[in-house]
Amino acid sequence: MIRTEELLLNVGPQHPSTHGVFRIVVKLDGEVITEATPVMGYLHRGTEKLAENLNFTQIIPYTDRMDYVSAMTNNYVLCHAVEKMMELEIPERAEFMRLIVMEMQRVASHLVWWGTYLLDIGAMSPFLYAFSDRERILSLFNELCGARLTYNYMRVGGVKWDAPEGWIAKVKVLVKDMYNRLDEYHNLVSGNEIFLSRIKGIGQYDAKTAIDYGLSGANLRSTGVKWDLRKDEPYSLYDRFQFDVPVGKNGDCFDRYECRMEEIVQSLRILEQALEQFPGEGDTMGKVPRVIRPPAGEIYVRIESPRGEIGCHIVSKGKAEPFRLKFRRPSFVNLQILPKLLVGESMTNLVTILGGIDIVLGEVDC
Amino acid sequence: MSEENKREPDEASAPSEPVAEAPSEAPSEAPSEPASEPAAEPAAESTAPTPAPAPEEAAAPPAPRRVETDEEKAARRKASLEAREAAKAAAAQAAAQAAQAGNEGRAAAKAPGGEGEGGEEEQPPKPPSHNQPRLDRVVALLRELIAEDAVEEAYINEPNDHLPTLVIKNEHWLKTAQLFRSHAELSCSYLRNISGVDYETHMEVVYYPLNMENHHCYCVKVRTDREQPSVSSVTPIWETANWNEREIYDLLGIDFPGHPDLRRIMMPDDWVGHPLRKDYVPLDPEV
Repeated sequence: MIRTEELLLNVGPQHPSTHGVFRIVVKLDGEVITEATPVMGYLHRGTEKLAENLNFTQIIPYTDRMDYVSAMTNNYVLCHAVEKMMELEIPERAEFMRLIVMEMQRVASHLVWWGTYLLDIGAMSPFLYAFSDRERILSLFNELCGARLTYNYMRVGGVKWDAPEGWIAKVKVLVKDMYNRLDEYHNLVSGNEIFLSRIKGIGQYDAKTAIDYGLSGANLRSTGVKWDLRKDEPYSLYDRFQFDVPVGKNGDCFDRYECRMEEIVQSLRILEQALEQFPGEGDTMGKVPRVIRPPAGEIYVRIESPRGEIGCHIVSKGKAEPFRLKFRRPSFVNLQILPKLLVGESMTNLVTILGGIDIVLGEVDC
Repeated sequence: MSEENKREPDEASAPSEPVAEAPSEAPSEAPSEPASEPAAEPAAESTAPTPAPAPEEAAAPPAPRRVETDEEKAARRKASLEAREAAKAAAAQAAAQAAQAGNEGRAAAKAPGGEGEGGEEEQPPKPPSHNQPRLDRVVALLRELIAEDAVEEAYINEPNDHLPTLVIKNEHWLKTAQLFRSHAELSCSYLRNISGVDYETHMEVVYYPLNMENHHCYCVKVRTDREQPSVSSVTPIWETANWNEREIYDLLGIDFPGHPDLRRIMMPDDWVGHPLRKDYVPLDPEV
């Protein structure tokens, strides 16, 4: 008989597999986790408080820094909320630009996830593949708005910059190339036995639990719930395009992997159609008053970010600054299920499960 | 938006006041606000744009901010409590009226395309929202199954996709939440968001339950007193409320009795104060 004793182990906040400054305190019995307590707030910057003293255009750069892997969707949710309150008309070309950058962002975000997830599990080279492809997308964003990560690209009423000469053609080439690259990814990783045995049946939960925990995005869809706000509560121009919502069955890490990989393909499909229908000319900014002052009232809008439902709740008192601005951050909500999933798992699965949830700490802490 | 903006979109001299919903006489307008809310609002109004200083600061002795002890804070808070207590009844009533009027005003602004022939009370006739029957049904259900006075207010939030919005009496909230979750007609199994709002006269917790089958979403608000804010926890009903409630507790100081583990989540455990409250004084205002 081997004598065992309970071990308290601290993971993070400076740990590469926590994807940022996330800390989790686990109680171990041998290699088995008996209790897990997440500790957050290391990246809390008080965005919501700061926003109360800023006008809406000034808040947009702050949204970039929430989910810094998917800044375009964050830009969009804020602008969309204000536009809805003010009942503004957005020119079609601007809306197309937004949709294209959002879908490119989704691809880029999923590539980051794919690369880092495999890095977590122990495969080094996929990370390099993923980041070189992502870099192509970021370079295109750079060409568009002069920033690789924090774009500050959208505005209430449209977008700040029009597509430069030849940009659309470059995106078309990128989309075409990405299909081939995805095949390569699948060849490289998806059938790998070691990889599969690390993720199949790990971190499993059913649809009821997922809904109870308010999960969204691939975390929810992996359980078989077909819920994608682009389809279920269409915003922007998504109702004009053909695409499928990939769902899983078992709700384990493998299904989440499959869902995200398939979502890249669907995003590429949307991009193809959007680039085809892209209006040749038109404004990129709608008619917007000089001072953006949503009428008194309240609104909650939500869109599908790569991580799930990102929402924006604005309480306005008719001023240029929001009275209260609250973001529903999918990473924060999705992360809640982690302690439940970890209990009874072995320590090696901690990174597998945490990585599978796909969090961005800037968004968890906000 | 309004016609004016279309005519002169980029006029540098465009006055900002008329631009914001000039036609509707809604109390959303800053200048017209004090008219409807006599007592408390002017004070609240003046503080809104500046970050920290609370309205009562003028009345209380100007305590040195950096080294303010808990006792001093308590004293300050007490002074503010007394000052507020007087204005509170009137203010609450005014706020309720304002909310009502604002709603009507918005509706009025929308219906005639911002032309503004509808005055403050003279709402032009417009077809009721397509969600009105759904709202009426929920209100009837709550009246029947919870309590006659369970619903304080019920209206359609038109700009927000005609979202049925209800204000529930605080003491009936837990039962109402259970009803939203498990009643066959509602069965909102998904709670998409919880927000806390500090309205300076009171606090409000806003819930967005959703039925994923038929895509019916609601906005449910629960108001609570500002000095002793407390709203029943719905974590036993929707697990997702757990961290959301912790966050609201942390940043706004609202207590959630029934929560299994109500600790700070964003701020350090030894932090004093709740940063998202409107009267929060930052430790170092320079930053």
